Amino acid sequence: MADASLGLWTVPLAVFGGAIRVSTPFLFVSLGECITERSGRINLGLEGTLVMGAMSAYGISYLSGSPWLGVLAAGITGALFGALHAGICSLPRVNDIAVGIALMLLGTGLAFFLGKPLIEPTAARLPAIDFGWWSDIPQVRAALRINVLFLIGVAIAPLLYWAFRSTRWGLLIRTAGESADAARAMGHSVLLIRLRATMVGGFLAGIGGSFLSLFYPGSWNEGLSSGQGITAVALVIFARWDPMLCLWASLAFGGAAALGPALQSVGITSGYHLFNAAPYILTLAIMIITCSPKRTLTGAPAELSITR
Amino acid sequence: MTTEAAESVGAAGVAPAADAGFVQRYGASIEYILIPAAALIGALAVFGGFIALYGKNPLDLYFYMYYGAFGTAFSWQNTLTRAAPLILTALCTALPAQLGMVIIGGEGALLIGALSATSAALALQGAAPIVVQIAMVIAGMIGGGLWITLSGGLRQYRGVNETISSLLLVYIALAILNHLVEGPMRDPASLNKPSTREIGAANMIGSIPGTDVHWGLVFGLVAAVAAYILIYHTTFGFAARVAGGNIRAAKIVGLSVGKLILTVCFLAGSCAGLAGMIEVAAVQGRTNANLAAGYGFTGILVAFLARQNPLAIIPVAILLGGISASGGLLQRRLGLPDASVLVLQGIIFVFVLASDALYGRIGFPRGKS
Repeated sequence: MADASLGLWTVPLAVFGGAIRVSTPFLFVSLGECITERSGRINLGLEGTLVMGAMSAYGISYLSGSPWLGVLAAGITGALFGALHAGICSLPRVNDIAVGIALMLLGTGLAFFLGKPLIEPTAARLPAIDFGWWSDIPQVRAALRINVLFLIGVAIAPLLYWAFRSTRWGLLIRTAGESADAARAMGHSVLLIRLRATMVGGFLAGIGGSFLSLFYPGSWNEGLSSGQGITAVALVIFARWDPMLCLWASLAFGGAAALGPALQSVGITSGYHLFNAAPYILTLAIMIITCSPKRTLTGAPAELSITR
Repeated sequence: MTTEAAESVGAAGVAPAADAGFVQRYGASIEYILIPAAALIGALAVFGGFIALYGKNPLDLYFYMYYGAFGTAFSWQNTLTRAAPLILTALCTALPAQLGMVIIGGEGALLIGALSATSAALALQGAAPIVVQIAMVIAGMIGGGLWITLSGGLRQYRGVNETISSLLLVYIALAILNHLVEGPMRDPASLNKPSTREIGAANMIGSIPGTDVHWGLVFGLVAAVAAYILIYHTTFGFAARVAGGNIRAAKIVGLSVGKLILTVCFLAGSCAGLAGMIEVAAVQGRTNANLAAGYGFTGILVAFLARQNPLAIIPVAILLGGISASGGLLQRRLGLPDASVLVLQGIIFVFVLASDALYGRIGFPRGKS
């Protein structure tokens, strides 16, 4: 009976639960992209990486029975795509934005091709930890069933923040992103730094994809990701390349993306598609508010092609 | 950036010295045919290897691809029908590229153009077909044009990256389309596939006499030639290329860059909007989710493969139209998934971009420039 007494409170609760559930892919992709962009390169192809990650995670989980092997496979696939991006971009006169668009198309195409036989079968899914045991309201329990990947993502954000500030590795990435000449003068290969940063970024984005197919929504189909990858790339821009801000922004996005289904669950179905577009509208709105034509964004890596 | 492409296309036109030999004279131009062709062959080889790993004979693949694209009169018609929207969506990327902008939202402008054109036709039911058709063209072009102008305006006045904003607008356009065809504009008779009401058989634009290819192809050819003349043979186009090459120089000589960006984006979007109108008025007869068939995304590839040159877009669009036309045959004869066309397109795209590194390096002596 708790069901009826909740009434319209279901909506904020579902948005809260959604913020946690839906935000995970945003979080992983944006943290990955954050590393890549800090090194001075933008990888727009993470949309493709996300879908490839989702497909390979589902396939490996189905074949091996272990969802964690699936997560690993998704990460490796993502890293390979990252290596491909970095490899092509290290050729002279090749534009990183265009390569990203190409890999976005290649990644989705390849995932649909290889994933064709995976639409039917059911793969082992990732387990969730039940943080809602203290409540007997089913909606609260549903909202608090939290996946381990989300917790890992939340832990990576401060770790990355610390790593950028106070480790040698973080300093190298930032140097490559702020001034390639300075990094070269220090005797480091900028291409190698960017290769590694793009591969780590792809690894994280692939894991974000595995969350889509192995936990929420938790199956493989061709409509699995519609623009989450590209939204997450945009999210890094207004998170000012700060991993902690990426975390908060991802949560806000997850909440916005959960709005449509939440309203539908209480019977508000008109405008369902418009509410589903909420994350894109929100991204665009925030970019309009925070960008300025007169100055470059604070915190922007100076080598980044989109801010020059 | 694509400014490089725009610049080097411009440089190719003026480079050769008068007394040079043939290779010297045309070396740079030969590169623009030879390198993309090599990239295409490389991509086909890699795709053949991929298909071989999948357990199919690559030679069968190449044969069916050729047969399905250009082998018979029927396949030629299929190819040309698909090339028409590709020419127009490719212009949506190629025109802003002259200004150094990377717009990848042609799919969104196509959908909005289709919606606008359908609305115009439904509002004018009962009018003479020619009136309805003209109204559809105008509505489609304005709808698509404004949609891309939005990206251009955001870049000019708010500094929002146009690549990302135009892609986000694709998803927003798709949401608007789904909302309208399932809600306010839905034809109650369309049960399984929510659609708008039909625009009426009389208002369809029909086929070129003697063929099954619809008039959309002519629209595309005219638009491509017009875009070529605009860019390379008018003051406006020259100003756009100057601004694309060096924005500071353009400002110093007094060009109003903002106006250029908005106008070019409007023209680009109106091309994609026209593609949407054609898909409605020549193929679907109504607006529904079928319109999001990926023409906008393939158009990006066409534009890059044509090195953003509007005339080169025509043969490239026919080639890519052929590849997508052969998809059905590959599915039936070789049992390949329908996504194999997407894979091949992705591989071609990667090869074409990687081949950018080859320009000026393959031993053709270049004229003094």
